Amino acid sequence: MFEQLPLLTISIWLPFLGGILVLCTGGDRHANAARVIAVTVTAVNLLLCIPMLMAFDTGSYDMQFAEDYLWITAYQIHYAIGVDGISLLMVVLTNFTGLLVVVAGCHFIKKRIAQYMAAFLILQGMIVGVFCAMDAILFYVFWEGMLIPMYLSIGMWGSSNRSYASIKFFLFTFLGSILMLVALLYLYNLTGSFMIQNFYGLQLGLSTQIWLFIAFVLAFAVKVPMWPLHTWLPDAHTEAPAGGSVVLAALMLKLGVYGFLRFSMPITPLACEKLAWLMIVLSLIAVVYIGLIAIVQTDMKKLIAYSSIAHMGFATLACFIVYQIVIDSHSLQYAYLGLEGAVIQMIAHAFGSGAMFLGVGMLADRMYNHSRLIKDYGGVANTMPVFAAFFMLFAMSNVGLPGTAGFVGEFMIIMSALQTHFFVALFAAMTLILSASYTLWMYKRVFFGPVTNENVAGFKDMTYLETFNYVLLAAGVFYVGLYPDPLIKILRVTLGHLLLQSLPPDLAMTVPTTTYL
Amino acid sequence: MEFTVSQFSAAMPEIFLLCMACAILVVDVFLPERYRFVTYALIQGSLASAFLLAFMQFKEYPEPLYSFSGHFVIDKLAVLSKLCVYMFSFFAFAYARDYIRSRDIADSEYYLLGLFAVIGMSVMASANTFLTIYLGLELLSLALYAMVAMYKDSNDAAEAAMKFFVLGSLASGIFLYGISMFYGLTGTLELHTVARVLAERNDAAAMAAMVFVIAGLIFKFGAVPFHMWVPDVYQGSPTSTTLFISTAPKIAAFGITVRILQQALPGLQASWIPMLITISIASMLFGNLVAIAQTNIKRMLAYSSIAHVGYALLGILAGPNSTNGYSAAMFYIVTYVMVVAGAFAIVAILSRNGVEFDTLEDYRGLNARNPWLAFMMLLLLFSMAGVPPTVGFFAKLGLLEAVVQAGYVWLAALALVFALVGVYYYLRVVMLMYFEEPLKTACSRIHLSSRMLVAISLNGTAALVLGVLPSSLIDLCRISVG
Repeated sequence: MFEQLPLLTISIWLPFLGGILVLCTGGDRHANAARVIAVTVTAVNLLLCIPMLMAFDTGSYDMQFAEDYLWITAYQIHYAIGVDGISLLMVVLTNFTGLLVVVAGCHFIKKRIAQYMAAFLILQGMIVGVFCAMDAILFYVFWEGMLIPMYLSIGMWGSSNRSYASIKFFLFTFLGSILMLVALLYLYNLTGSFMIQNFYGLQLGLSTQIWLFIAFVLAFAVKVPMWPLHTWLPDAHTEAPAGGSVVLAALMLKLGVYGFLRFSMPITPLACEKLAWLMIVLSLIAVVYIGLIAIVQTDMKKLIAYSSIAHMGFATLACFIVYQIVIDSHSLQYAYLGLEGAVIQMIAHAFGSGAMFLGVGMLADRMYNHSRLIKDYGGVANTMPVFAAFFMLFAMSNVGLPGTAGFVGEFMIIMSALQTHFFVALFAAMTLILSASYTLWMYKRVFFGPVTNENVAGFKDMTYLETFNYVLLAAGVFYVGLYPDPLIKILRVTLGHLLLQSLPPDLAMTVPTTTYL
Repeated sequence: MEFTVSQFSAAMPEIFLLCMACAILVVDVFLPERYRFVTYALIQGSLASAFLLAFMQFKEYPEPLYSFSGHFVIDKLAVLSKLCVYMFSFFAFAYARDYIRSRDIADSEYYLLGLFAVIGMSVMASANTFLTIYLGLELLSLALYAMVAMYKDSNDAAEAAMKFFVLGSLASGIFLYGISMFYGLTGTLELHTVARVLAERNDAAAMAAMVFVIAGLIFKFGAVPFHMWVPDVYQGSPTSTTLFISTAPKIAAFGITVRILQQALPGLQASWIPMLITISIASMLFGNLVAIAQTNIKRMLAYSSIAHVGYALLGILAGPNSTNGYSAAMFYIVTYVMVVAGAFAIVAILSRNGVEFDTLEDYRGLNARNPWLAFMMLLLLFSMAGVPPTVGFFAKLGLLEAVVQAGYVWLAALALVFALVGVYYYLRVVMLMYFEEPLKTACSRIHLSSRMLVAISLNGTAALVLGVLPSSLIDLCRISVG
């Protein structure tokens, strides 16, 4: 019965409606109404994912649940939405994270609750929109539009240096996206339409492709973020409220990799192949160098922020090593493995870092001055044992312990990286050491040992709402860690098709294409 | 020369407005002070009726009609410009109502001068000879000088009026000089004939005349290098006048610029395109950069308007080599004017009891004092910055599409880089409104009269609604401007 409904449209616009409704509750006198509406809307949105997952045909790479209406006739811009395997997982992830953030906001946020909930509901709608958009301008509208609520949420509920961080965040992302807009207009001029599908398979010359590639990479590399465009992220993450950090880490960073998969690789395959070395080097720098930086951080949020950059470096690495893998091995098998690893890594990182940001938020919430500095804590495990146990799980997922979500993606990516060059795999594998050192060292200093001060001694363990969030996240971590097969099934055909589209024609000729489809 | 009814009916809105203006002048004299609102109501009524008259003309004249011996033309470009002029003037007068009353500004004279300015713009929009253009331009300018100077208590206003008058007269002189050169070269003032004659002889003299004419237009537009008057006049004028100056005249100026460049000077394309590229880049760069340093919001919006004119010129310069350049520029200027009207309206609404609410500091914590007004300002500012889903984004998209189609991909990228600079100072206002708490000295809540609330809500939500559903307005611009 649900299949007839325009599920994606509802999924995008229901949060908007909820946001408007929440705003109508007015000031903080009706805070509880705002909370109830927001939680209901996000819960309904998450439930909508169930019929979507049930009805999704894993054997097809076409866009499913597609809707297509002409939106702006003059420029042939369509309101065209649909999901394939990658988008579907990202949509589910977005709705899942949306619920967590709103629930967390119920107790973190003490003032202007209605505006806070509305900002996050609208943000959620926009992010779902980005993942579903099949039209480049629709994509761009959501992509840029989400900056507004994110900017406001960092600035309005952030900590002391919030103005600086929010403007830096906005300008960095805006800078990246403007060149993408020019690239899209250029492609529109060639094809006469903004449908992303029509941009694939254009026989563009190498120099054109390189220009387009640069334009796209700037946009996506800022979002991922890749070294050296990452400097906005530690600021934005640290200053943002806990919910904002979670959305940034769990969803916004994924948009960059999603963009690589959706735009860069299929539209400019030749340029991707030629410049893959550059992207691989940048990714490895992110993994190793940023990992080293994370070790020396004194601010917990900053540490997790840097660890996010390092983990996302893994995902970008996996996207761009496929070319070398195909050239070297003449088969697609390990290329698939890498791409699947990239998507799994994105999901795993969303759970791990999202949970850790929430955890830091809980700690800071309990501290009288909302400090995030590691040295202000110590021996938290004594006063908050349940919280410490949960946090240990998420820290282990961040490290990549087998059995948790973090392991699966990293393992797949390192396996495929081995097919290219030993040193690529070696540097990539260094993340296992680095992430273990910064995560566990932080864990040790914050949680273990005797209680260091009377503030920590007064901490109370998790509330019901906090436990609810953490149980959901822990379930996610274990699910991806122990039984990722259903996810891979959803991804397989989509990624297989994507990979064939992303190979330059002469390279595609050299491989047997039937092996995996 | 014979006069027929059809010739007069082509100029129906102008004739109607002129008659009404004369009649209201007389009526106003005999009205006692407490019935002054009748003047205001009559003027707004005349504007609304003129709007309807022009609206009917839109269907009535599918093909351009030339009357009064080719001095006057009625085509879709003219009608659309007039419609916008009437509509924005209507809003400008409505916003001015509270502002004027709380200050020592002659009430009915203000609106009457405004009405004459509207007639001037109307004539400009329909002008088909250089002489008619000049006529309309001067009628507009003289009325505007007086409207700036009417705030007698303010030294800034007097200074602004003086600057406006001196520099404006200079520009009119330059424009007139260019016209006279064209007349000497071609022996005619009619735009199409000028184009025909120039097609055969294309020499340095024609170039010089073109430079003078464009300089005059650029001055009225307020683009670099003839932008000096803009910041001072915008800041010094009473806010209601700033609102008026920054809206309707921009559309009229745009209308004649397109008409002159497209219909009279197509033969000189190769010269005016590079000229406009230079002007446009300089305006975008200068306007956006200097706006960052401003602490007065009116002055900041003035510099931002210089930048926005630079963007609109992008569409005009791409016009000859793309299918939709002119219409994209029209869409841009119409939506920009709508947005900037809302922004100045908020400044006007917030200034009370003779206290101007025009420094950036005044906006600190506006969200805490009036969330709805802050939200409207947020939408308007993001629209100016060109961030989707507000209408400013589609305006920029259309322009850039035309620029890319015309082959200037680098110019599109450059324009966006300048837009990034622009984003910074718009965000700064948002930051003050939302991220800061109000100053202790400021009174806590701000209450609005319901009339202002409706007007500003219409204006602000239009920026969002047109951003989500821009299709019909884009089509309208395409039909009208081509």
